[in-house]
Amino acid sequence: MKGRRGVAPSAYLWLFIAAAYFLIPLLATFLFSLKSNATGKCCTADSYTWVIHNGGFWHSIKISLILALETIVISLLLFVPTIYWVHLKLPKLRPVIAFLALIPFVVPPIVMVVGLLSVYRGTPSWFYAQPWGFLVAAYVILAFPYMYFSLDAGFRSIDVHTLTEASQSLGASWPVTLLKVILPNIRTAALAASFLTLAIVMGEFTIANLAAFNTFPRFLQYVNETQAYPAAALTLMSFGLTWGAMLSLLLVGRKRGARAAVITGAR
Amino acid sequence: MAYLELQNLHREFAGGVRALDGIEIRLGEGEFLSLLGPSGCGKTTALRLVAGFDRPDEGRIVVDGKDITNVSPSKRDMGMVFQAYSLFPNMTARENVAFGLKIRGKKRTDRDGRVKELLELVGLGHAVDRYPHQLSGGMQQRVALARALAIEPRVLLLDEPLSALDAKVRVQLREEIRRIQLELGITTLYVTHDQEEALAVSDHVAVMYRGRIEQMGAPAEMYSAPATPFVAEFIGTMNRLEATVTDPSTGTVDFGGVMLTVEAARGRPKGERVLVLVRPETVELTPTNGGGGSNTVDGEVLTQAFLGPVTRLKVVGPGADLIADVSTAKAATLPIGMKVTAALPATDARVLDLTDGPIEIPEEPAPAGR
Repeated sequence: MKGRRGVAPSAYLWLFIAAAYFLIPLLATFLFSLKSNATGKCCTADSYTWVIHNGGFWHSIKISLILALETIVISLLLFVPTIYWVHLKLPKLRPVIAFLALIPFVVPPIVMVVGLLSVYRGTPSWFYAQPWGFLVAAYVILAFPYMYFSLDAGFRSIDVHTLTEASQSLGASWPVTLLKVILPNIRTAALAASFLTLAIVMGEFTIANLAAFNTFPRFLQYVNETQAYPAAALTLMSFGLTWGAMLSLLLVGRKRGARAAVITGAR
Repeated sequence: MAYLELQNLHREFAGGVRALDGIEIRLGEGEFLSLLGPSGCGKTTALRLVAGFDRPDEGRIVVDGKDITNVSPSKRDMGMVFQAYSLFPNMTARENVAFGLKIRGKKRTDRDGRVKELLELVGLGHAVDRYPHQLSGGMQQRVALARALAIEPRVLLLDEPLSALDAKVRVQLREEIRRIQLELGITTLYVTHDQEEALAVSDHVAVMYRGRIEQMGAPAEMYSAPATPFVAEFIGTMNRLEATVTDPSTGTVDFGGVMLTVEAARGRPKGERVLVLVRPETVELTPTNGGGGSNTVDGEVLTQAFLGPVTRLKVVGPGADLIADVSTAKAATLPIGMKVTAALPATDARVLDLTDGPIEIPEEPAPAGR
């Protein structure tokens, strides 16, 4: 019988250091946010009350969440079939697409937004003047590497060829194969890609600022410049909201995808 | 009338790899044909063409009189069991089997009944709600078989379905495949590189080599009367004796200075180089007593391999090595190193034209798009 492996004391030490690294700034921010705006002394929830009753907060967070959802949906619609097809029919293109996916890392957002503003000038105002058009187009590009590498890993973890052929031999069309057979088995990868995209969109400042759209990071920046304690409260609340949104995505995905995730993990 | 016809199928892959070179197969309804051959002989390519996953460069595939060469795989009604475990990991055994029926719009009540019936047929009535990762390899392939049968396919295609299983399960499952095939009377095309498997379950066996069918016939015929040296080499174990015909009237051949009489060599031109094929079980070994005899070759026992009821002895002689299968009891009297005399049968040996050079086994060509 195998003996139960104990965890080395040094592992606890490293765990403690890592936890401290992440938690101490949060704790400090929290303590700072409890100070009174008038007296500068602890402890009051005034900053949180101010944020909750600020219309700009709800407006900007709504815009950013909608942008995130739109970016996720468009990216999944665009990249899932593309990567599936590349795995199935054009495997030689994988390195090319992996290279293209790295470009958003290389091109600074400030350069990208100048380029995009120039490229999209002249497009209809419902696209160019609205965050749902212009910003989402930019965010899909920003999310490309995260989407690609997550989904690519998902597709590599399953036998795409055999599953596709098995499905087709049973009479399924391409769309049915993709929706009923392939997608459920890469759900974990798609969720991971969605989390990353959500986090990027919720935190993206440069493009939104230069394109003058009032997203949540811009509001955060504005508060940060004008009111110190509410800015700390807002930071913590945005942190919580982003995690909450990720958790919601996870729960929605798990309702139907838990089995697939477990099975994929067991392969 | 043939139910499944493969007419002059040609398929060449990138780089000039000729996977199929004029395949011709005619299979009657309800018959079981095994495509047998080494890796790269084209057997899986032929099966994939029938399934519709690949298209031939030339030739036609006809099922029940209809040309399906250009029909998409989803519209061919071919049930396929793959070599790799191909069950959908996100679905239970029941859902996997029901998948094809769902696609065809069958009512839930009809579907449930059919799924239950098929899972019971493959002996998995107790595991309907298990996911693939909760099933053993053999059970997964049974579910895959039930799933392929659920759509009532016109032809059942099996692509080395047992190759990933252990020996005992392979034998059990191949017998079950045959039982189910006979019970349902379904036309079946089975790809394997295992000659024992092919001979055990098939009505017909087609041995393939370098994209061609070397010989096609009933298993017994393939074993007892191989038409080419390759078939002789591939099906069962065969002693291959290169000899020269010395007396066409009596069928006498010269094998390395030893004169042998072989009935099948009668009438062959004098001086012709031939290949005499002798099955190991027809070779009789006795300790050498110095007397010699007709149709005998002297040698020494080099190795013994226990195969259960028989033991395979390798005898090294002056002309060539011989393999003989003798009863295990008798093998005990013929220890390694003993001088023995091998008596070759005059009537059971086959004679073929001698081909030059060794038989090469090419590498498996990758299917297009992979």
